[in-house]
Amino acid sequence: MLKKYRDNFSWVDLTIDLLRIVIILLVIIGSFNTLSSGKYTGAQWTTLFISGLAQGSIYALIALGYTLVYGILLMINFAHGEIYMAGAFSAVFLAEVLNKSGILNGYPVLAVLILIAFAGIVSMAVAILLERIAYRPLRNSDRLVPLITAIGASFFLQYTFRGFYGPDFKTYPTINALSGNWQIAGVSIPVAQVFVFGSALMLMSILYWLVERTRLGKAMRAVSENKDVSRLMGINVDRIIMFTFALGGFLAGAAGVINGIYRPQGVNFFMGFIVGIKAFTSAVLGGIGNIRGAMLGGLFLGVIEAIGPNLVLSGLGIPGANQLKDVIAFTMLVLVLIFRPQGLLGERLSEKKA
Amino acid sequence: MDTQGQQNLWSYATRVGAVAGIALLYVGAVGMLAVFNARELVRDLIGLGQVLLVTPAFVAGLMIAQKAKSANKQGAWASVPASMWAGFLTALPSLLVLLLGQVIDYRSVFVSLNKDWTEVITLNQDNLFLGSSFLVLTLIIVAVLATLLSYLPMRLRQALTFGTMITLMIALFGETVTLILKENLSRDVMDMLFRRNTIKQLPFFILWVVAIGIGLIRAFYGERIRQNYLGLSPSTQKAGVRVWQSLIVAFLIALPWLIGRTLSDILVTVGIFILMGLGLNIAIGLAGLLDLGFVTNYAVGAYVLALLTTTSAMNVGGGAFNFWMVIPLAILLAMFTGFVFALPVLKMRGDYLAIATLGFGEIIGKLAISDWLKPYIGGAQGILFIPKPNFFGIELKNPEQLYYVVLGACILTVFVSIRLNNSRIGRQWMAIREDEDVAAAMGIDTARSKLLAFTLSAATGGLAGAIFAAKVGTVFPKSFVVLISINVLSLIIVGGMGSNLGIIIGALALIGLPELLREFSEFRWLLYGALLIFMMLRKPDGFVPSKIKQRETQNEGQVTQ
Repeated sequence: MLKKYRDNFSWVDLTIDLLRIVIILLVIIGSFNTLSSGKYTGAQWTTLFISGLAQGSIYALIALGYTLVYGILLMINFAHGEIYMAGAFSAVFLAEVLNKSGILNGYPVLAVLILIAFAGIVSMAVAILLERIAYRPLRNSDRLVPLITAIGASFFLQYTFRGFYGPDFKTYPTINALSGNWQIAGVSIPVAQVFVFGSALMLMSILYWLVERTRLGKAMRAVSENKDVSRLMGINVDRIIMFTFALGGFLAGAAGVINGIYRPQGVNFFMGFIVGIKAFTSAVLGGIGNIRGAMLGGLFLGVIEAIGPNLVLSGLGIPGANQLKDVIAFTMLVLVLIFRPQGLLGERLSEKKA
Repeated sequence: MDTQGQQNLWSYATRVGAVAGIALLYVGAVGMLAVFNARELVRDLIGLGQVLLVTPAFVAGLMIAQKAKSANKQGAWASVPASMWAGFLTALPSLLVLLLGQVIDYRSVFVSLNKDWTEVITLNQDNLFLGSSFLVLTLIIVAVLATLLSYLPMRLRQALTFGTMITLMIALFGETVTLILKENLSRDVMDMLFRRNTIKQLPFFILWVVAIGIGLIRAFYGERIRQNYLGLSPSTQKAGVRVWQSLIVAFLIALPWLIGRTLSDILVTVGIFILMGLGLNIAIGLAGLLDLGFVTNYAVGAYVLALLTTTSAMNVGGGAFNFWMVIPLAILLAMFTGFVFALPVLKMRGDYLAIATLGFGEIIGKLAISDWLKPYIGGAQGILFIPKPNFFGIELKNPEQLYYVVLGACILTVFVSIRLNNSRIGRQWMAIREDEDVAAAMGIDTARSKLLAFTLSAATGGLAGAIFAAKVGTVFPKSFVVLISINVLSLIIVGGMGSNLGIIIGALALIGLPELLREFSEFRWLLYGALLIFMMLRKPDGFVPSKIKQRETQNEGQVTQ
């Protein structure tokens, strides 16, 4: 085996292997230091874990959009974060109206459903327009061309919505039913987190049913397998692609509302950029193109992001570890792309990747 | 057949009109109309907002004329009704939204559809009915005018377009033009022509007539002049080229003293972006590696210079370094980081590589601003008191002087990048860009070539960063965000990947314009985004394609013929 390694030796591989070892060592040392110092109790870890799950389920919802589109078109829809922003930013005004008229706190379930539907439809419209205007004409071009278009679309959408709604942060009004905590087995869990996790789970189950159990889902899977043959089988490929974008858009918009209700720091035109990259990380983490993978990847990233700074970074003696939350997420992104681009669950269609 | 053509024209007009209408509503809703309206083009006569207001209708009219010309050979008057219809449709969406505003108050949501917008849309009429009719009428007239214009004889049309464009440009850049003229003209003359940076009416019209005259000369005699030039002997032609070249060099050297301090400052910024564009071009344009983390190299260059030369307590060089000594160090360190970051991404496929480098850029940005590294690189407070470069005892503290540093760096980089492009390694990059697997099969060590591309690209980024730090005198993490990478990417795409001239023009347009026109700078990201999409859809090789790309497109054209 050593001989084989020597025969195939290249500096690039060596660096990557060294990098792998260094990172594993860092993680082990950091975790060991933190755990042995006993800085956090078990209950605190549980709290972190659960908040990570809540945040992660939002990533998962957005990641599904990346994965669906990638599964069919093999393109990274870089502007997907902005599709999420479009829904969240637009629905904040409706939430204010609902709040003023008393519906939001009088009938919270109905109000949240209305908000999700509204944001979903806005995001869906943006996604469909984007596909129709910017992506469709480029469907057969070199892979970097749609990516650059998507980057352009990302900034175009950001600043369009900045122009529409202004540059300021807007906050969703609080829903009384979602404030407060539940005590379960000695751990207090914010109701809002349960709401986030529950609604995300519900949306994801609906999507799963749509893709796996309906005729439409079958058509989507067929198109992602082979566009030309699907066309021969009488599937309207353009319509299926549009539908895929719409589906991803709806989930992103819904995620926007759920996130807006859950996190108090508000929405603005730039909110989608970083979250978009993180959601993409989730999609790659789970294996891009793989629906279950995106769901798991999102949850996984959320948990790592919540626990990682406290577990690893503070164990390494880095001050202000929670500032570096994003660094953990982006490092995950880079590491996954380097070491396991096919993701945890394996990428569907990996043979097409060339 | 003819009625068929007419029908087609009408449905085409409907489509064009609808799109133009939505475009007009859009530029209103993002606030462009209102912001542009604050700028006057001609004193008390035309505002930039009004030009923007009529542009969609104008373009619609032109497109309809084009369509009518290609569909049937009828005269101009036949397409007038269709243009009127399109002009009406252009006004319609904005009009409906305006009237809707009487019923519902949407201004708390759509903040840009405010009073200023209403003012532009109703052409400053207080009466809503009068304003709406004015809008509809104006847009119809503009659309019809555009249609009729395109039926003018070709040379006349060219002259008109040329003259009007030039005059409008001069009016648009009134501030810049006054800044330049102030250096060279007396105050009285200036007062005659301009008032508060806006051209007066009479000079404007005189200028217009003169410009059209020049346009006419160009249209009627341009071809003959060109023929005469081509008829000259090759040696005379060569001499002509040489004269041009020396004129350009003289112009470049004299430039900062012709245009004054403010514009020189902008020019230095543009120069830094040209440098970055040339650097990133090595990765993107030559080797086809979409590097979105380019800002990392820029940051490394800037921080190295800052840390080694600053006179504040952050200095780590012990005061032993000056600008010129640090520049090579900055370049070397940028190359090193470029190399290190490139190693793990070498085996990635194109789109993953882009995202991974973007991730690197974000990580570096977050680390630079973190508390963790604050003791070493200053955190959010950044590094202050970076001295200006000193050239044999002369402190280069003015932008006019710094310009020469940037100019030198640009010339050097252009030279290196031309040589690289024509070298063995340049051809290797080209092969990798076109098809990596085939390149590898041809015996190219793709890993090595890609590493070299990343490293050389990083070198230029480091140089640009160091010059930037010296120019500004301070370094903040906020200056090194991912937007910088996107900015550089945009100017490469607009200019033309792999084309040095394209990058220079792209930087002048994309960096210089928003600096000169404050109205544009508010929408620069919107325009960059739109430009990226537009370029990819319509002009993937850029506005100034590289020679190789030109050849390729021509060959493709011949094959399809």
